[in-house]
Amino acid sequence: MRNKLVFVLCLLAAGILCWQLYNVLLNLPNEKDQGAIYRIVYFHVPAIFTGFIGFFIALGASGMYLGTRNLKYDAFAAAVTEVSLTFATIVLATGMIWGRIIWGIWWTWDARLTTMLVCWLIYAGYLMLRRAIDEPTQRARLSAVVSIFGCTDIMIVWKSIEWWRTQHPAPVLSVRDGGGMAPGMESPIYWNWLALMCLAAVLVIIRMRQENMSREIDSLRRMAHSY
Amino acid sequence: MGKTSVGSFLSSTVAIASKDLRSEFRTKEALNASFAFSVVILVLFSFAFDPSSEQLQTISGGLLWVVFSFAGALILNRSFARELQNDCLDALISSPAPTGALFLGKAIANFVLLMIVELASLGVFALFYDSRFGAQLLPIALVIALGTWGITVIGTMFSALTVNLRMREMMLPTLVYPLLIPALMAAMTLTTDLMSGTPIGKDNTIWLRVLIGFDFIYSILSVVFIDVVLVG
Repeated sequence: MRNKLVFVLCLLAAGILCWQLYNVLLNLPNEKDQGAIYRIVYFHVPAIFTGFIGFFIALGASGMYLGTRNLKYDAFAAAVTEVSLTFATIVLATGMIWGRIIWGIWWTWDARLTTMLVCWLIYAGYLMLRRAIDEPTQRARLSAVVSIFGCTDIMIVWKSIEWWRTQHPAPVLSVRDGGGMAPGMESPIYWNWLALMCLAAVLVIIRMRQENMSREIDSLRRMAHSY
Repeated sequence: MGKTSVGSFLSSTVAIASKDLRSEFRTKEALNASFAFSVVILVLFSFAFDPSSEQLQTISGGLLWVVFSFAGALILNRSFARELQNDCLDALISSPAPTGALFLGKAIANFVLLMIVELASLGVFALFYDSRFGAQLLPIALVIALGTWGITVIGTMFSALTVNLRMREMMLPTLVYPLLIPALMAAMTLTTDLMSGTPIGKDNTIWLRVLIGFDFIYSILSVVFIDVVLVG
């Protein structure tokens, strides 16, 4: 059942990504100020949406773990955080490539870039903490707390768009008052977002399976040692 | 919470804080080490840039908070780790004092210790780098107190969180510094402004709000979650 789900989601993600790659690269015209490089937005923005949604889901899963003390939620939180961190890395990488072309620099210490990097560091710390603790329930407990503290920091990132005037381009999607993109140019962002969400779901399912298996192996090993 | 339980919570908090402060003031180990360390960093800074340049004004806030947060790590690392000997931590957890009071007591003690180190190194900084901030002393003290509370709350919480880990000394700074960045950014900006004579006003009140908000949010989160961290 799960294998079928993984297969279907994979197929869906691959289909949409291929179709949108064709659309973005061959159908859409260059942007009038930025030229061809603006197309990176079709991966940058969907990746940031997927990553942030993942961090919030991880927050929910961590809360559920603390509420129920069921280790399944911990495995879910760990898998989602790992996958989201990957998408956060994509956001930083694509953003840097875009910045090199448009601003002429790889990195600028703009508030949004900095806070994104801070989030990345927090969740990298979360994953490092998980590796430093052997006992599963202790690991689940402590990393749930770190996830909650880290997500609070993400809220500060989110608010920072309003708090600080920044060098980062203002949000271009129409959901935020008016926006700046032409209607035909905007839809690939949402399609790619759907594709990346499917991809994220696939990765999370596979990662969770690994997590559950490694826990099972761990408990078998403990049993073997106790004899 | 009834009136008596609030009273007993507060008296437990005070008891823990005074216990920590008393044991630190008897040995002064962490205080001395932390102060010596911050003086060393201040001396190192003189090689990193021209100490007599005008540029110093614009980076003074940043320098100070780097010193403060490094010095803080030394104090905070020991906060819970010192209770591991003779199973004192287990005794504290099983005592009738609520874990929230245990946390707050330790946070207050750390705050006092860190403030002492910071004010001393602020004096050394003024001496070495000819910084004149006398006119803005009160606002600077306020910003230092707010920033220090942020460092202490997060630091004490993560000191409890990492107390039983193998790589405690490495994990604490790795986890704490990224979380502290919003507070440190705010404190650095405000301190730099105040040191160069700009009072807290229209342009920088947002940073004061960030700092107060940070302290408030993480104080509440820490008191709520300390039980999960220490007890389970």
